[in-house]
Formats: sequence, structure tokens, C-alpha cells
Amino acid sequence: MERLEYEFDGGAPVAPRNRPTLTGVLGSGNLEVLVEPADLGGRVRVEVQTAAVGFGAIWQAVLADVFARWQVGDIRVSINDAGATPAVVALRLDQALSDHTGGGA
Amino acid sequence: MKEWNRLGQNRAARMDRAAGLARGKLVAPGDIGALLTRVIEPGDRVCIEGNNQKQADFLAKALAALDPADVHGLHIVQSVLALPSHLDVFEKGVASKLDFSFSGPQAARLARLLSSGQLKIGAIHTYLELFGRYFTDLTPRVSLVCAAAADRNGNLYTGGNTEDTPVIVEATAFRRGIVIAQVNEIVDAVPRVDIPGDWVDFVVQSPKPHYIEPLFTRDPAQISEIQVLMAMMAIKGIYAEYGVRRLNHGIGFDTAAIELLLPTYAESLGLRGKIATHWALNPHPALIPAIEAGFVESVHSFGSELGMEDYIRARPDVFFTGPDGSMRSNRALSQTAGLYACDMFIGSTLQIDLQGNSSTATLGRIAGFGGAPNMGSDARGRRHGTEPWLRAGREAGQDGFRGRKLVVQMVETFREHMAPAFVDRLDAWELADQAGLDLPPVMIYGDDVTHILTEEGIANLLLCRTPEEREQAIRGVAGYTPVGLARDKRAVENLRDRGVIRRPADIGIDPKLATRDLLAAKSMKDLVRASGGLYDPPAKFRSW
Amino acid sequence: MTSWLEATARERIAGLLDPGSFTEFVPPEARITSPHLAQLNQPAAFDDGVAVGRGTLEGAPMLIAAQEGAFMGGAVGEVHGAKITGLLERALDERAPVLLLLESGGVRLHEANAGLIAVSEIMRAILALRGAGVPVIVLNGGRVGVFGGMGIATCLCDRLIMSEDARLGLSGPEVIETTMGVEEFDAADRALVWRVTGGKNRAIFGEAVLVPDDIAAFRAAIRLDPVPLDVEAEHALLGARLDRFGAAEDALDIWADLGIETPARLPLLDTDDFLSAIEGKLA
Repeated sequence: MERLEYEFDGGAPVAPRNRPTLTGVLGSGNLEVLVEPADLGGRVRVEVQTAAVGFGAIWQAVLADVFARWQVGDIRVSINDAGATPAVVALRLDQALSDHTGGGA
Repeated sequence: MKEWNRLGQNRAARMDRAAGLARGKLVAPGDIGALLTRVIEPGDRVCIEGNNQKQADFLAKALAALDPADVHGLHIVQSVLALPSHLDVFEKGVASKLDFSFSGPQAARLARLLSSGQLKIGAIHTYLELFGRYFTDLTPRVSLVCAAAADRNGNLYTGGNTEDTPVIVEATAFRRGIVIAQVNEIVDAVPRVDIPGDWVDFVVQSPKPHYIEPLFTRDPAQISEIQVLMAMMAIKGIYAEYGVRRLNHGIGFDTAAIELLLPTYAESLGLRGKIATHWALNPHPALIPAIEAGFVESVHSFGSELGMEDYIRARPDVFFTGPDGSMRSNRALSQTAGLYACDMFIGSTLQIDLQGNSSTATLGRIAGFGGAPNMGSDARGRRHGTEPWLRAGREAGQDGFRGRKLVVQMVETFREHMAPAFVDRLDAWELADQAGLDLPPVMIYGDDVTHILTEEGIANLLLCRTPEEREQAIRGVAGYTPVGLARDKRAVENLRDRGVIRRPADIGIDPKLATRDLLAAKSMKDLVRASGGLYDPPAKFRSW
Repeated sequence: MTSWLEATARERIAGLLDPGSFTEFVPPEARITSPHLAQLNQPAAFDDGVAVGRGTLEGAPMLIAAQEGAFMGGAVGEVHGAKITGLLERALDERAPVLLLLESGGVRLHEANAGLIAVSEIMRAILALRGAGVPVIVLNGGRVGVFGGMGIATCLCDRLIMSEDARLGLSGPEVIETTMGVEEFDAADRALVWRVTGGKNRAIFGEAVLVPDDIAAFRAAIRLDPVPLDVEAEHALLGARLDRFGAAEDALDIWADLGIETPARLPLLDTDDFLSAIEGKLA
């Protein structure tokens, strides 16, 4: 198990009244993503708990691309991961942000 | 006076030694060891019929049980090593040299036997090469083959899994060799004659029916949404783009997803009748919904697939079947169709390097190839023109009078356990060093690969004009692997502008729409129902 | 048609209840996760593999729990079990019907003692509801099926709705094979496993209402009138079943014994055809 934390410069703040949303399931090769509004001065904070150790640089790259695409801010994203590939991570984050904001990137 | 019939005289001597063991051509199972000892001579080239699917398992065991004092130094020339007994012959000292094509299930033990010096490898071949060498310098002296049934004259009925039998018997029988067949049953009249009896010397009924592996069955329940996405990209970005109608699919979940998207996604794009009409393919259960939807005009097969017998019998317009109704497959001929008559090969792999070479070799395992390298290569001698072939040739800048086969490697950028599919150097090179092989076991040569498809996009290597461009095109679809992260971002954007790299959005595909709901069957039972109850999957695939 | 089998626990809740009516208790953002899994270096889910809460069905208030089969096979750990027990105890206070969307291999081995206690608490809470005449309905249509302690708990409830894809049993097939031998039960013979534990056989025994693999079909099959609990009668029924079928080697023998025509075709029939084939032939 490894715990990773990242922060990204956000874009437009997401409405603080949005309810927390959980997307995905913590099954083998998969992940769950909890998105909550948070007062972070417009930034995005991401916390990852992952069963696959030693892939911090890849998480950084995947997440940076996702949040470059989704110009959102003031959210806290918590991820539990059971060894998902970057393709699954990116897809699930897109779904999670879409679920949370009620729309596409 | 030159003797011109030494092979015939030697054969006669062997048959004399075996006299008395057979009644007509029939040999009792208990006498099989004695028969093999009398007709095989030390140093013989012997072919044990080992296919992808059906196995001459009884004869293989009998050969491994021989006394090396009587029989030794055999040179085994056999396409597939699937069973433990196929390697027992080397461990026991009955055989010492091996030429083969594929050893998937026995790959690790084969590597150990090689390093301990218990066998020497002549070469690892593709199927067509090995078959070709049966008719040149590797003709078997004795062949141990496998069929479903025989009559008392030795006429053989292979059922749907004809596979390698015709090639092996033809090479052996017409060079004065000896052919021994194991059959599941002896009957008064076979349903159809797959091998004429006068090419067969001995027949033995095996105590148990021969082993068959359901190698081409993929449970749709295990197809991931990423595989659905890649299948959508393949259909819209390659099949539709080139109008590919004659093709071969490799084995695996990636291609099963494409098969299951034909009646849904491809149908919604109006592609029925325009793509994927003629196939060189084992009867994949995953193809049933596409057949039922009217996508498929014909399928010729290398071998059959367990459980598909009744379905095939009920669809004679699609499959190649005999007057008795059952399928006739033929590995050599289907491989030829795949090499020369198909416009596209698409399949998965484990590793791709920066030149586009692709390999399924992993350290400590000598697995060989099977059919993919023949079908996944450009047939440079091809003469007939088709639009996909000519267009690929034009894209490659080949002056317009010569086309190219589309050879597509399809792979998620990371496999399970975060193993990257893109690497600077294939494991195949190290394996070649370790095992002392002449060549690294590369499955598809980079200069034959025309497209690499990942969840990140499609790289069209035909459009690359320099080795540098080609490398950046590969890096550009390699995602977050170290190879992908080391890309030159500007060069990759430039390639995207030119259409060399196409992202899902460039093809008009929204990854969020790639869900399992698009699969024409989501479970094995859906496949059975799509077949009208005719497909009867093996018990291990059932959930009902 | 939306497949129950393919859906996640939360998708099943959303598809079953009136749109927007679900309110979750102890939601994921509360982060009440398993204290044991972290010690074992295993990832822990925000909801410990079960969602519990309230909502309405055709306007009627109800309590609901859904196990997530993809997280550790829906296995019951300490938190997971406490959430279900708490829901059942609240149902007793509120006299509200309970829908249990179960998918579970049984007790979570990583926290077996806590899980075993949790399962016994769940059983006790279900029996208390039965005694009070508050209905508890099990919906079982997931890939894992329902086994182990949750299999027992299921049999304590008022009603069971199953699809043919789901299974119900006490020991799982692999456990039976390991402890009793492959001659007793061949777990690799999946057709046999489904014939014995699958939804169709449970329907033939009158233990389950069989529905197609469709969330709407599950929803339509829900009946909320409580079934009176008569333990003596239940024991007599099971005793009679053992007397009549105890020697059978395979569910096929039982189906033939019941006078069902060509029993070998039953596994492939779709739900409607199956139900007509067994009409009047129940065990």
C-alpha cells in the first residue's frame, strides 16, 4: 500500500453545494473515486491510496492531464485503487468529475 | 548400380518387423509400445500430431514410455507442444532434437530442458515454415496422428478438428514413411473420408477420446470497458476507414470485443456488408452474434472449437463443411488464406519496441509463435489488388502498383500489474541470448506492422517517412509508459495534425460512451442464446 | 432493460428505488472504513463494501442495503456487518420494510472473528423483524451469489427474489470440493454448480421467486406483505425434502423425479419458458 498526495492549480471552482459523489468500485484492477467540494482557494487536492507501490510519477502525469482537461477547482478527490491501469484511472476520473459536476469536460 | 528405392526398402523392413502385431491395420492398444519399438529406428525424424486443439495424446504417452535402449536420438518435428508427454520424450532420452512452432503451455519446461542440455532446438518456425520443411528437409519418417474415427481400411474421419493431419500424413505417406493413427472409435463406415486409408499404415483405438483444448473461447463477461473503447477505435478508425472485408483476428479479449461490437456499434455506423465479411478464423464463439446479424459471409478455419459443432453444422453457408455436415478445417490452407488472401491481420501482443517489433516472449519461457507471424506479415509476392491493400500501399508511398497488408497490433499501454506494453528493448533479445537462439523470437516484425492501436490512439506507421517519425508515432500512443512519457511533445502534436496519430476524439469517439452495454453478448449464455441454443460451451465456461 | 448482474450495488439501488429518493446512512464521505484491512496492507473501500440507507418504492418508505460483490466478493467484515445490523435494527424501530440487495461469499477472512459476530447479529436482527411482522426481502442477482453466513441469513428472510444467474448456498462449491472430495461435488463443473445452487433450482424448491436479469423485473417482483414465521413447519418441510430427495446425485435427478419433461433443457430456457415448464411441478 502506498499513500500519495497531489495538488493542482484549479480552474473554475465547482459549486460548493454539490453533494459528494462516489464513482467506481474498488475491485481488482479498478478504483473508486470520491469527489467532495472543499475550500482550497481554487486548487484541487488529490489523495490516492493504492495497492500498487512505486508508481507515483505515473499518477502525477495521469492526474495532471486529467485536471488540465477539466478546468475545475475547490474540490477534494480521494481515490482508493486496487491496481488500475492508467487507462482505467483516466476513464474513471472523467466519469467521476462528470458525475460530480453534472456535465462533460 | 545406383539404388533408387532405399526409402521403400527401409519401409518394407520396418513393416516386416511389425508383422503379426496388427490385424489388417488395427493394432490393440496394449501392443502400441511394441509397434512403436519395431517401426521407429534410432535417429528417426518423428512427428507427433500436436495441434492447437486436438492432441494425439495416447500415442505421445506411448512414445515417451519407450525404452531409450531401443529407441533414442529421435528428432521431433511437431507444430505444437501442448502436453507434458511431448517433453517427456526428451527428459527420458528417447528424443534429442526438436523443430517446432508453438509450445505455450510447456514453454517454461522447454526452456529448462534446453538449458540443461537435454534437447537441442533446430529452429522455432511459423506453421507454414514448418509445414514447408516437412516437404523439403524435415520430412517425418514416422508420424503419429490423431482422428475422431477410422474404418477397418484405415480411412480416417477427423471431425471438425482436421487441423494439421492432412499436411503431416501427406508428407509422410508419400515419402515412404509410416503413419500411425489413434482414433476415438473404429466404425464400419466413417461419415466422410478426411484421409484416405491407403495413406495410413496402422490404426489404434485409444482408451480415452483424444484431448481437445477449447483455446479460442473468451467469456464476454471478462471484456473491459477499455477493450470496448479500443474495439470502437478499431472499427471506426481502421475497418471502416479502409473498408476491410477479408481478415484474420488474433486470439484474445481485444479482438473478441471487436467481434461483439460488429452487430451493435458497426451496425450503427452502417457497416454491415462493408467490413469483416470473409474470415480466416477459428470458429470463435464471440463471432456468433455477428454471424446471426448477417455480417459474415464466410469463415474458413485452422481448427474447430469445442462446443461449436452443432452451430457450425447449422450454418453451412458460412462455414466450410463436408457432405456429412461437420466442419472441415485445415491449418495449412487457412494459414495460406491468412497470409495471401486477407487484407488485414489484427491481434494483441505483450511488448512493442520503438521500431514496432512486437513479441509475446517472456524470460524463462520459450513459447514459439503459432500462426500470428504468417498472417501478421506483408505477403510481398501478392499480386491481386483490393482497395484496402492498394490504399495501404499508397499511404506507404509505394508508387501505386504495389499494396500493403494491414497489420495491426492492438494493446493497452499497460498490462495487468502495471507491466508496460511499450519497452525500449524486447525481452525476446535477452531470451535469445539465454537460450542460444539464432534469432530473437519476434512475433511480428516492426517493418510489417502498419498500425498500433492503444486506448490513447491509433498510430498509422504507413504515413511515417523517417525512422524518427516512426519512433515518435509509437511513443505518441504509448501513454504513460516510460516510452510514452519520453515522447517529443511537439513532434507528436505535429504527427497528430497530419493524421499519423489519431486520438479517440479525432475519430469521433467519446471514451465515456465505451461501455459494456455495446457488447452484443455480455455473457456465455448470451452467446448460447444468440446461437438459438446450438452452441454448447464446455462446462468450465458455464454459469447456468 | 438494465442488467442486475452487470450493475454495481449503487446502480442497483438507483434503479430499484424511486428516482432521487435514496438517502444514504454512513455515506462514503464519512470514511468509516475497515480498521483491519489497513493493518493487512489491503485497500479499504470508503463504504466497506455496502451501501445502506432509506428511500421510497412506488412512494412507500423503505430501508435498503446493497452489498458490492466486486469489493472482496461482498464479504462481511466488522464495519460492513455493523452497517447492515444497524439498518435492520432501525427497521424494527421504524416498522419499515427492508430490501437486502445481497451479493456475498460470506464472512471476510481478513477479519473473520468480527465478521462471524456481525453475521450472527444480522441473523438475530432479521429474526426480530420476522417476529414483529416487518418484512425483509432479499434480492439476489449478482455474479458472486450469496453464500456462507449471508446464505443462512437469506433463508431467514420473508422472501427471496433471484435471477437464474445468481446462486444461493451455505458452503461454496470450492469449499465442498476441498472438504468432501471431488466425488462429492466437482466445483469445476460449473453446469453442475448452477444446477444445484442456481436461481432455477431454488425456484423449483419454492425458495425463490425467479425473475429475468433486469432491475425492473426485480422491482416488479417485490411483495411487502409479511410471511408468518413458523419454524416447526419449516423444519418439517426440510425433513420431508431430505427424505424424498436425499439420495439424489444431481438436481437433474430431482427435476426428473418431479415429472418435469426433459429436465436437461431447463438450464437454457429463459425465465418465462422455464416458469411454464415447471408449472405445477414444484418440489
